[in-house]
Amino acid sequence: MKTKNLIALEGNQAIALAMKQINPDVVAAYPITPQTEIVQVFSEYVANGEVHTEFVTVESEHSALSACIGASAAGARTMTATSSQGLALMWEMLYIASGARLPIVMTVVNRALSSPINIHCDHSDAMGARDSGWVQLWSETAQEAYDNLIQAIRIAESVNLPVMVNMDGFITSHAEEVIEPLDDEEVKHFVGEYRPLRSLLDIEHPFTVGPLALQDSYFEFKRSQAEAYKRVIPVLKRVADEFSKITGRKYDLFETYNLDDAEIGLVVLNSTAGTAKEVIDVLRGEGKKVGLLKPRLFRPLPVEELREALSKLKVIGVMDRADTFGGFGGPLFTDIRSILYDVPNRPIVTDYIYGLGGRDVTTEQIFKVFENLENIYNTGKVESLVSYVGVRE
Amino acid sequence: MKLPKWKEMPEGIVILEAGNAQEYETGSWRTFRPVVDKSKCINCLFCWIYCPDTSIIVKDEKMEGIDYAHCKGCGICSKVCPVKAISMVEEGSL
Repeated sequence: MKTKNLIALEGNQAIALAMKQINPDVVAAYPITPQTEIVQVFSEYVANGEVHTEFVTVESEHSALSACIGASAAGARTMTATSSQGLALMWEMLYIASGARLPIVMTVVNRALSSPINIHCDHSDAMGARDSGWVQLWSETAQEAYDNLIQAIRIAESVNLPVMVNMDGFITSHAEEVIEPLDDEEVKHFVGEYRPLRSLLDIEHPFTVGPLALQDSYFEFKRSQAEAYKRVIPVLKRVADEFSKITGRKYDLFETYNLDDAEIGLVVLNSTAGTAKEVIDVLRGEGKKVGLLKPRLFRPLPVEELREALSKLKVIGVMDRADTFGGFGGPLFTDIRSILYDVPNRPIVTDYIYGLGGRDVTTEQIFKVFENLENIYNTGKVESLVSYVGVRE
Repeated sequence: MKLPKWKEMPEGIVILEAGNAQEYETGSWRTFRPVVDKSKCINCLFCWIYCPDTSIIVKDEKMEGIDYAHCKGCGICSKVCPVKAISMVEEGSL
């Protein structure tokens, strides 16, 4: 057993370190709070000659992802990072990257979307991009974000799909945390050399990228793309197994906490899962059968596996850090509820929209959610399928 | 041209063969069709130079006719013809 190399890093610094160790061919990025530090620290690595990366400074996120798409089509291992309005400005390019099957890897430091303007955490940015064809990994801690980013390279390049790694703005990106990074050599070996499916620089094999496809072909392209997501789950599991062999850290499609014998379950993404675990410990101490499921892979949605893990519960509370205005609850809620529709004696599923615009998520709020779920469990009655937690009433 | 089924599509929005636009027929939405009167044609090839597609068929430096599978009926060839050998005739009236 080798000695652990523990260092204190902010989430953004951990991401920049992972990018340095991955040493991508091209990074095109534009700074935006709270992601700025990733670009800033990484650009120092570039200036110091610690990476061989071609760093493309651009005038907007639209250009950043456009440059990444060009670089990736040329056969370069390509990365970027953004937040909130930056991701929103990338919107049309997101679909082009996934449709063109380019394995670009991007960190998204989750931040609320305007308006009103706000720089703090919620998940409306990434949730707005949930149907864009990017694989989405979510991270509770800086360690998970670091580990996810390294694994994302392998996943992206194995399935030829772009991957975004999400972590909570400020809460994870700016909080200092003790993390255990891999050695540079270990990362280099783990990600390996990128061998693109095809490259525009390969003049022996010319091809056209991004042609027009009208009524007679667009549908076949999109149907073929839809199939590609089926390959993500087995690839993610294989990559996670390999990763755990060198780090001892185990990753899967989702993490469960006290879920096996639980009757009441909570489903929540990212850093709030950590707060929820504290609450679950207290409630377990009182003999209450409560547990947690924290999705790691949100797109593609691991439907079968989630159904298997959640179907035995009696009541499930989903916590969404994003609203779907005019829709039926948050995006996580509608997915989880839909997955469980065909289960005999399906659990009751309710939604709690919380923490918008960085509103602090306290243990009190989560205790309240469990209190509400317990009430539903005892009475079988649901007052409101979708409610808001932590907002001034 | 036989169009591939979705399982036969390449990964990515790509066309892997070079120069295959010829196989893809795009002349179906023409409203007016250029018709050549070969008795007037002087083989100056202005039509060939000006055609924004590649729909003027030329063999041995002689204008041979129109590739109707790709001609969209824009009428430029008819406009530039110095001897008025190309007239635009409404599709369906032939």
